[in-house]
Amino acid sequence: MVYRSHVLICNGTGCTASKVPEIMARLEKALAEKGLEKEVKIVKTGCFGLCEKGPIMVVYPEGATYCHVAPDDIEEIVNEHLVKGRIVKRLLLGDKDVEDVAKSLDNVGFFNRQVRIALRNCGVINPEVIDEYIARDGYMALAKALTEMTPQQVIDEIKKSGLRGRGGGGFPTGMKWQFAANQVSDQKYVCCNADEGDPGAFMDRSILEGDPHSVIEAMAIAGYAIGANQGYIYVRAEYPIAVQRLQIAISQAREYGLLGKNIFGTDFSFDLDIRLGAGAFVCGEETALMTSIEGHRGEPRTRPPFPAVKGLWGKPTILNNVETYANIPVILLKGADWFNTIGTEKSKGTKVFAIGGKINNTGLVEIPMGMTLREVIYDIGGGIPKGKKFKAAQTGGPSGGCIPASHIDVPIDYDNLLELGSMMGSGGMIIMDEDNCMVDIAKFFLEFTVDESCGKCPPCRIGTKRMYEILDRITSGKGEEGDIEKLELLAENIKQSALCGLGQTAPNPVLSTIRYFRDEYEAHVKEHRCPAGVCRALLKYFIIPDKCKGCSLCSKKCPVGAISGEIKKPYVIDQNKCIKCGVCMDTCKFAAIEKK
Amino acid sequence: MKSIEELKAIRDRTLKEMSIRDNEDKMRIVVGMATCGIAAGAKNVMNAFIDELNKRNINNVTVSMTGCIGICRLEPVAEVFDATGEKTTYVKLDAEKARRIVAEHIVNQKVVTEFTVGAAER
Ligand SMILES: Cc1cc2nc3c(=O)[nH]c(=O)nc-3n(C[C@H](O)[C@H](O)[C@H](O)COP(=O)(O)O)c2cc1C
Ligand code: FES
Repeated sequence: MVYRSHVLICNGTGCTASKVPEIMARLEKALAEKGLEKEVKIVKTGCFGLCEKGPIMVVYPEGATYCHVAPDDIEEIVNEHLVKGRIVKRLLLGDKDVEDVAKSLDNVGFFNRQVRIALRNCGVINPEVIDEYIARDGYMALAKALTEMTPQQVIDEIKKSGLRGRGGGGFPTGMKWQFAANQVSDQKYVCCNADEGDPGAFMDRSILEGDPHSVIEAMAIAGYAIGANQGYIYVRAEYPIAVQRLQIAISQAREYGLLGKNIFGTDFSFDLDIRLGAGAFVCGEETALMTSIEGHRGEPRTRPPFPAVKGLWGKPTILNNVETYANIPVILLKGADWFNTIGTEKSKGTKVFAIGGKINNTGLVEIPMGMTLREVIYDIGGGIPKGKKFKAAQTGGPSGGCIPASHIDVPIDYDNLLELGSMMGSGGMIIMDEDNCMVDIAKFFLEFTVDESCGKCPPCRIGTKRMYEILDRITSGKGEEGDIEKLELLAENIKQSALCGLGQTAPNPVLSTIRYFRDEYEAHVKEHRCPAGVCRALLKYFIIPDKCKGCSLCSKKCPVGAISGEIKKPYVIDQNKCIKCGVCMDTCKFAAIEKK
Repeated sequence: MKSIEELKAIRDRTLKEMSIRDNEDKMRIVVGMATCGIAAGAKNVMNAFIDELNKRNINNVTVSMTGCIGICRLEPVAEVFDATGEKTTYVKLDAEKARRIVAEHIVNQKVVTEFTVGAAER
């Protein structure tokens, strides 16, 4: 069936939460009323990456990209655009005054600076229709591997591509596959890590929601390469849309015989199952993940033996991240040499980042390795809101660290980030401006690891808790001389003695903030002062007598009656009563209240 | 799935349906669909364009609509833009003429002079 127009609507988690179901219903109804159901096709897609501007809708053939679409806009889009062919310019993303809409996106740095490999199909195809994946060369790489290549040739191509794991560690994927392929065993397994526990990261979710078949295809290829006939996708139950799309995709692949027995008429058979995780951070660690798949409590164990030797149920197993897998089919089709043209010396290809925090374009971006932080923040991210100053970017989540403004021009790749005391991690990137307190940030991440520590080993269970207590003391104005040194000592000991990656990396956010912002720590400890004005216990509110008009508004709003004075004369705050809630500052019409 | 040929067949079939979503340097046919155009039968003309392109397996031409082109007495009107942006305006169309434009202008790259606005105005 050929339609004269396709209307693509984002059905990612972000947009779905902003009334997309209602928008879809209104659109279907409006099309039916105009008798356009046979002319206009509605296509559900995955995330476009620009969730901040969602819901996103793209109308073809014009390619008009509409943002912040509300249910009440649907009538206008149908009557104007779909019936009369007049673009609804007020909803256009990007340049609203162009003659040719295709050009409206030309100046939107968010899109044109990206290189999309892992996200190639997100926002382009309907993830619930396998034919659309196939139309974009889906399953061709599997066909090529099975019919034209030996398992060793597949591994060699992946090795040559230089692909490194996108789940955090950055281990060379081809080498991992080689280890597992070298094992002799009656049974091997292929696993996919879709636990995505890093707070703020959502690239794996978006790939599963927007392009589930790319992961399925890659896992079958991995199965062929290492000699496994069964795979498991470990995904957190908190991702209901991703789980549902995966289920649909797996059953469609089975129906087409792309999973199951004798794929493409060869003697290779492979099948996949989903295992749901309860959303514990530690279950993203490979040994804990496998223990959890086996049906036990998700706790890590010591390595070696590595999973490639003894993994799931004691059998050789490979585990890769969702984004790592999403790269595989493209590498096999276009070749390792092509992949090698993108990226830096030791980090090939692209990386998807979820940018959040103090940035204008919150969202999901895929950049070539080697792009600088400055380009990511200003060209793609649209800069810092309200013209504030960039202070640091946190990458690698609770296992990573921060990159201060002085290193904004460093090319982003695995090795440079490690050298700066941070890491690539799974791709969370939180941008911080002058109003963020670095001690507070470190405390935030440590609180997360204290909560998520599984409790099996003492360095992590007790050590991170002690570190947290020291940070809590510092941020509440009770810091003592020597606290910073104690933090450093504890951190080194935990890093060296914890059982798994969770504990070994937990001190990183603290160490890296001490490394670059020691003066802020010292201000907290020695002067009981928070330079960024974040730590409440260290703040005091004052009324500036020269600016106060004596209107009495603040004293009426103060919930504890801490402000007193005479009308038309400057008021005063009683520091003993003040609970530092900030209401007075928000109410004052003359900006006469300051916090120090 | 027993063979790559089967997979390729699905790919090619679906690609045809999806080609509308990819608008890089293509020929475009734009049909005037304001009140005047619709009253004069522009909808039939558009459907004929789409149908004929589809029959001939032509995927690199998009058909879209626009508002009033400004020559209401000559409706239905369609403009054909080639890949370089060169424009030909066809007027007083019907389904039959639309099919001929596909056959001659799109396939054989020859402007159908007799249907152009230039010919109508003479
Ligand atoms: C505490 C902890 C949490 C982790 N969480 C994840 C995760 O959510 N997703 C992921 O892919 N890898 C995670 N990893 C890394 C995995 O252990 C493993 O290295 C990775 O999945 C391997 O795949 P890759 O080589 O494709 O990156 C985590 C590691 C640790 C120590
Ligand atoms: S969820 Fe719609 S753009 Fe991300």
